[in-house]
This record gives sequence, structure tokens and C-alpha cells, in this order.
Amino acid sequence: MSLVGARVIRKEDPNLISGRGQFVDDVKIAGTAHMVFVRSIEAHARIKDIDVSAALECEGVIGVWTATNLELGPLPGVPGLERPALAKDKVRFVGEAVAVVVAENRYAAADGAELVLVDYEPLGVVTNIGDAIAENAPLLYEAVGSNTVMEVPSPDDHQQIIDEAPHSVSMHIVNNRCAPSPMEPMVCLADHGPSGLTLWASFQAPHHLRNTVSSWLGIAQDQCRVITPDVGGGFGAKVNFTPELFIAPTLSKLLGRPIKYTQTRSECMTQMYHGRAQEQDVDIAFDDEGKILALRVMVYQDQGGYADPTGMGLPALTTTMAAGCYLIPNVSVAWKNVVTNTTPVAAYRGAGRPEASYLIERAVDQIAYTLGIDPVEVRRRNYIATENFPYATHSEIAVYDSGNFAGCMNELLNIMDYDAIRTEQEGNRDDPTKPLLGVGFASWLEIAGFGPPGSLEGFGHLGSWESVQVRIQPDGSAIIYTGASPHGQGTVTTFAQIASDYLGIEFDKISVRHGDTATIPQGIGTLGSRAVAVGGEGVKTASMKIVERAKKVAAHLLEANPDDLIVEQGNFSVKGTPSQTVSWGEVAWTSFRPLEIPEDVEPGSLDTTVLQQVPNFSFPSGAYGCVVEIDKDTGDTRVRDMYLVDDCGTVISPMLAEGQVHGGVAQGIAQALYEEVKYDKNGQPTTGTFVDYLIPAAPELPSFTSGRICTPTPNNTLGAKGIGESGSVGAPPAVINAVVDALRHLDVTHVDMPATPQKIWRILQGDKK
Amino acid sequence: MTFPITITVNGKSHEMEVDPRTLLVHFLREECQLTGTHVGCDTSNCGACTVLLNGEAVKSCTVLAVQANDQEVQTVEGLASPDGPYTPIQEGFRQEHGLQCGYCTSGMLMAGTALLKEIESPTEEEIREHLEGNLCRCTGYEMIVRSIQWAAEHPDGIPVKIGEES
Repeated sequence: MSLVGARVIRKEDPNLISGRGQFVDDVKIAGTAHMVFVRSIEAHARIKDIDVSAALECEGVIGVWTATNLELGPLPGVPGLERPALAKDKVRFVGEAVAVVVAENRYAAADGAELVLVDYEPLGVVTNIGDAIAENAPLLYEAVGSNTVMEVPSPDDHQQIIDEAPHSVSMHIVNNRCAPSPMEPMVCLADHGPSGLTLWASFQAPHHLRNTVSSWLGIAQDQCRVITPDVGGGFGAKVNFTPELFIAPTLSKLLGRPIKYTQTRSECMTQMYHGRAQEQDVDIAFDDEGKILALRVMVYQDQGGYADPTGMGLPALTTTMAAGCYLIPNVSVAWKNVVTNTTPVAAYRGAGRPEASYLIERAVDQIAYTLGIDPVEVRRRNYIATENFPYATHSEIAVYDSGNFAGCMNELLNIMDYDAIRTEQEGNRDDPTKPLLGVGFASWLEIAGFGPPGSLEGFGHLGSWESVQVRIQPDGSAIIYTGASPHGQGTVTTFAQIASDYLGIEFDKISVRHGDTATIPQGIGTLGSRAVAVGGEGVKTASMKIVERAKKVAAHLLEANPDDLIVEQGNFSVKGTPSQTVSWGEVAWTSFRPLEIPEDVEPGSLDTTVLQQVPNFSFPSGAYGCVVEIDKDTGDTRVRDMYLVDDCGTVISPMLAEGQVHGGVAQGIAQALYEEVKYDKNGQPTTGTFVDYLIPAAPELPSFTSGRICTPTPNNTLGAKGIGESGSVGAPPAVINAVVDALRHLDVTHVDMPATPQKIWRILQGDKK
Repeated sequence: MTFPITITVNGKSHEMEVDPRTLLVHFLREECQLTGTHVGCDTSNCGACTVLLNGEAVKSCTVLAVQANDQEVQTVEGLASPDGPYTPIQEGFRQEHGLQCGYCTSGMLMAGTALLKEIESPTEEEIREHLEGNLCRCTGYEMIVRSIQWAAEHPDGIPVKIGEES
């Protein structure tokens, strides 16, 4: 029986449901001291003086360091816009680290940090893109001379096509700033002894961290071990090089003690890089039938106070995917990256693609509204047809691999009763006892499976492959070592499923190990929906190589031809002669005994490492339908029903894939209705805790109805496209299209995310925006 | 200044001198070496630190260790004995994929345990309402709801020993 595609209970769970998981803060080393940062209370200011004398007197405090007595180079980043490890002359956002206190325990370190006095000379503050690009705006980087730190113009703005089209619509779209908020904030523990550094970190890419930290510290990579044990969620935010990852090792070496840093949630809200924070000017031109003639997108990406390489690349991903699943003959894209006095911005689940699907799906709904055509019908008139794959887009990055966009929509309408919802909507509108109903759609598409050579190198990674080592043990069990570094995805389970199928070894006799640079050959990490599409393919490649070698040993034992052997359920047998069989255990054992194997077989040959590459990105897609209810008196808006059709190609583990979709959709609904990082005009965060930043809990979310379409990707032999980010790409436009749909009778054409009760209440009171 | 306290954790008495400001969660994690209880926020919103205090679910980041003096605490480590079987709620989370990264899970398990003590067969709505104080960023909650429903439907769990694959 094939395990690929089977419902399998996770291997990860026994530790985690019994309190035996090991997150970084659970790691205890004798002699550990604790580190707490002093953080800027100003959004933009010169540092005039830092007085650490009182802190040094504090009981339990071991030392206090600032940029003056701990001279460190800038952190790895974008040339000319690098972030200092500790702010030296000026601070650029509230929460920036200005000093670090080390003490015997975390309480004493926090006491010490409270006593550090920083004298600031406030400067003018810009907290949003509009203010930052205004004339005479205060500059974050005087040497750059502008807050626009990167500008990519379009060669052709298609103005004439737009002017001459029968219809066009212009929209200004805000994609609200979100805090990724994994339940475990950043934690690290550095032990820099005479024989090198061991750094435990809550991180998504251990080798990337090892390579970067070792080069920054000037130590050889063999002397630097990074361990990412259990990681309590990442969502893209745990691949950024924040100060603690460099300062903890530095101070550990200086003090000769292990140093632990445990970020508080309040710190996490200003320290862990934010996502989205994008504004777009969108023009879409179309004919009387709703066929799209041209799309023009200008993206303004807020980078926050320091530019991150991934943050700088977000608009490239947005503009690449801007046309979504539609055949649009003329597409013009351009973008600007802008710095502001806010927390830096980088990847958050979807990273640039939710921003794309939101803009195109909002624009397509506007076409439907303008022409009075049903939004489903307008989508159908513009889909790229199945026979058009591979489909070359306006962007040289994106050649869509496969898909069935109309099929996804058809399946969606199979699982939701669209007509009944429309009837209910009509009935509710004038019934004062019933809420307003809205129904919204999103035919979304994203770019995943990062990726083909060159796709991650630009973000500072060593490569875009993923490593998989398969090592057969003498008893015939197998250990898979991989550079994929999961933090909830269930990779231990999915990789074991794939390995079981292709090795012919029972699922229970396969372990998957990850997250330790001392034992994993090399690796990239888990990001960009790549673990299965790249690493999973690597498991298959390596497993097939191993089986080919093992067959030589088995054939020797069976006195048969290797080509005549098959392997399944832990046994090698001769095709057609099932009684002629030898167990995997016997083959494995023999493979380590030089006197018992054929002369042309090396002892220990059942061990191989592949750096799996894929030729192209994969493009997961789907159709989502959302029904919202709006309370007519309070404006309270809730998602009542969510219908989800996904096409991620081949599904390895249906239950785990469903979990990935649910989680992404929850984050997408959260962005659409609840979450937004906000600042006051002085750059003070007003959503600095979970009291103000509204992560939805169970009562805020519905149960979901799912369907599935499968168009395997041709870019790996498994056919798997990746599923991690799908929900967060598809849900926001479906929800907002539903919200706008609920308010159409009031001539509402757009509602910015998050659609808070206050915003909706104002609209219901007659403020149409 | 320290204060002598005795807290029974998972049936075992812990007698210690603590700084009066020590939070119960830090007492459990640092002094009792029970690291299954996690800290996810500093405002009592997330519930990752949920434990049972005299059988009632509390957020151990909002209780001082001295407030738990002479009382009984149960943590996730105290749900199943080391050689199993899992409690129905633990088994339910495994069967229904109620966890992904696992960070919020201990708190969810303890909140779910408290719920099933109060309501034997809760509805979906009751489960969602009772989990209001526990945040999960991975699952979107539906599978957590199903996990607790599984536990309610299988009050004897299934006799899988810890460490065994089903």
C-alpha cells in the first residue's frame, strides 16, 4: 500500500502532547546567564548619551554593553542600509536595541535593563509610505538622500491601452501591516567555548544561520554548530538576522558563559519582522464583456526602519504574480521600496503573493460590479485555459506549470450552494432581525516550491536546492537527514511517508532528523512552500538510489539478477517468485560486511546524500468562497462559512495538507478582519501586545468546507506543488470581496483591511468612503 | 528576600524558597524542571501556560508561585504516566491533528481537560467558547475542536502506549 496520499498520524506528536518537546527555552546548560535588551522608546532620534551606571549596581547584573563598549560590525543586510547590532548614533524605530544587559537570571536582567538611562534627541518621524515619500520628509538615511531606497520603473505603462479601453477602474489598495506572531517568540542560546560555538535558535533555516553567523564572527563553519530543535512556529519571520543571534554568541565568548535570550511577546511585536505593509495603485482596463485588456500595478513597499533583502524582494513577488490566474494581454508593473520609522518588514506567510492575489481579485470583482456581471462569470471569462500550460507570464520569473482554474471554481460551486446564499442574502437585507450577508470569491494563484537555481541565492541563501541524506542502519531501519527545517509542517511524517514508499521500508522504521548543522550534511531551510516540492523530491531521489544499490546486495543473497527484484513492506523478493525473499534487515546488515557482499559493492554503500534541485517554481492555486455576516447595529463582521478548493498537485498527507490550509486561511481571515499593526504619529506602536493586536481565537473562526482539484506539477516527479502558504494567499480577497458584497446596496466599492466593526459601522451610518 | 512555599505538582511535593515575584510558570519551568508548560505572551492572552490549579484551568503566567502555596498543580507532564496510555484528550489531538508546531498544545490540552470535566459532551460552539483564552497560530482551531470532540466520544481513549505508533 502506498503511504503517499494516506491519512497518517504524525510522528511528531508523542513528544509534543506529553510535554516532552524541546523548544530552545527548554534547553538548560549549567552556568547560563540571561540577556535582556534596552530598547528605543523613540521612533527616530539621535542617541546623545547612555548611562548604564545604575544598571551595573543592580543585584545579579553581570554587565551592560552599548555600541560604545561593544564594537560590532553591522548585521548582514542590504548594502548602505544595514542595521547595526546595537544602535550607535541614532535609532530608526521604536524597539530598536540600544543596549544589552546580562545577568544571572532573567528577572535580574530585566531589572538592570529598567535602570539604563538613554538620552534621546528626537527627530522628525515618518510612519507610513505617504509621509515618507513626501517632499521635505525627514530622512532615515541622510547619506541616501531619500526615503525611497529602491525604484523599479516599468518600461511601458500601457496608458494608451487603458485610455482607449471601453472601461477601466482605478483602485488604491492598502495591504495592512501584520505581525507574524508565532506562538513561540524568538529565543536563542549561545555557548561559545574554546572549541567553538553552539547556537540554539528558534529559526527556520539552521544552515543559513550557521553560514551567516560564522562568517560574521570570523570563525570557521566547522566550529559553529546551529541547532533548531522544536520551533514554535515561524511563518517566514524566523529567517531574519536580528541582533540577538549575533550578540548572544559574542557575549558568550566574552564572558565564557552560555547566554540565553528569551524574547517577550511585547518585544516580539516590535522585533520580529512584520509582513505585508504594502500599498498599490491598480488600473485595470476591460471590454464590455468583462475581458481584461490591461493591468497596471504600482507597488509601494514599506521596508520599516532597516531594509531586509527579503523585504526588498517582496514587490518583485507581488508584481510577478499580479495577473493571477487570468489571461491578461498587457501587464505593466513597477515598484518602490520606502523606509519608514517602523519595525522592519520581511517575509510573512505568502510573502508578496497574498498582496498580489488580493489586488487582482479585488480588481476583478470591481469589473463584475462595474458591468453588473456575476463575479464568478467574470472570472470564468478571463481564466487561463488548461491547454495554455506551461503559461509564460509578463514576468520572466513566472512560467505557470499547471493548473485548472475553471475546474477549481466548478468544484467550489459544487461544495457551496451559491444560489441559496444569494436568496438568503436578499431576504436578510430588509429583515431587521437578520444580519447582512455577503458572498465573496477568490480564484487565487501563488508561486511556491522555491526553488529553481538562483531563486533563493538573491535572498542570501547558499543555494536553492534542499539536502536529503538517506542512511540505512544495519538493522534495516532508515534515518533521513534533511536541511528542510520544519516548525509545525509535519515534515518528519511526510518525508517518512515518501521514503517508505520508495525504500520499501515500513513507516515505523524510518526516522527523519533535521535542525542540526553538526549532523545534517548541508541545507537551506523551510520557507516558500518548498519542503515537500524540493526536499520531498530529494527523499524520493535518494531513496531510489539507495534501493538500486541495495538490490545488488539483495541479488547477491538471493542469487538473482538485481533487475528482477522488487522491494516492499521491508522485503526484497524476486518478481513472480514471491517465496524467494530476503528482508531489508538482512540486506542492510550484509551491506556493512565486506566479506559477504559482491566485490563491486563498497561496504556502507547504503548511505547517500542528494542536493535536490527543481527546474522551475510550482504554482499552487485554488478557488475560495466566503460568506460573511454583518451585524446591522454594531458593524460586527464574522466569517460564517468558508469554502476551500485547493490544487497543490499531489497530496502527500491529506490530513496534514488540510491542516496547512486551515492555518493559512485562519491567518488570511485574521488579516482581512482583525489584525493590523498600527503606529501613532510619533511612531509609537499602538498594537504592541496581544491585548491590542487581535489574533483570532476559536470563537472568531468557523469550521471550513473543503474540496480538491489535483493538477500535478511537472517540475518534480512527485507532482507536489507546496501547500504552506495557500490559505493566507486565498483567504483575504475572498473575505473582503464578501464584505464589499454585503454592502453593495449601499454603493460601497471597497473596504480596506482589516474590516473592523468600527469601519463597517461608519459605512452603515452613511459614510461610504 | 525569599519566601518558603510547598506546591504539589503532578502529585509530587516541591518545597522551595522563592523570590515572591516568581511567576508560577517560571517556578514550574525553572525550579520543577517541567518545561512542557510554555510562555507565549506577557498579557494573559495566549494561554500557552495553562495548567490546572486545584483542578481548575489557570494561566500560570498570571499566578504567583506564592499564590499556589499549599495547593495542587497539574501540568501537561501529569496527564499521562510516563509509560502511557495517553489521556483521551492527548490521544484526540494526535488522532485529529490538533497540533502543528506544538507550542500552544500543552495549554490547549489542559484547557480541554478542564472543559471535559465540566461538560462531558460539549458542542462545537461550547468548545470554541471554552478555548477563547487559548491562542493557536497554526491550526485555525477546527482540528483542535475535532480533537476535543474525539476525546469526548472516546472517554476511555485507546490503549496506545507512549512511544508506540498507532
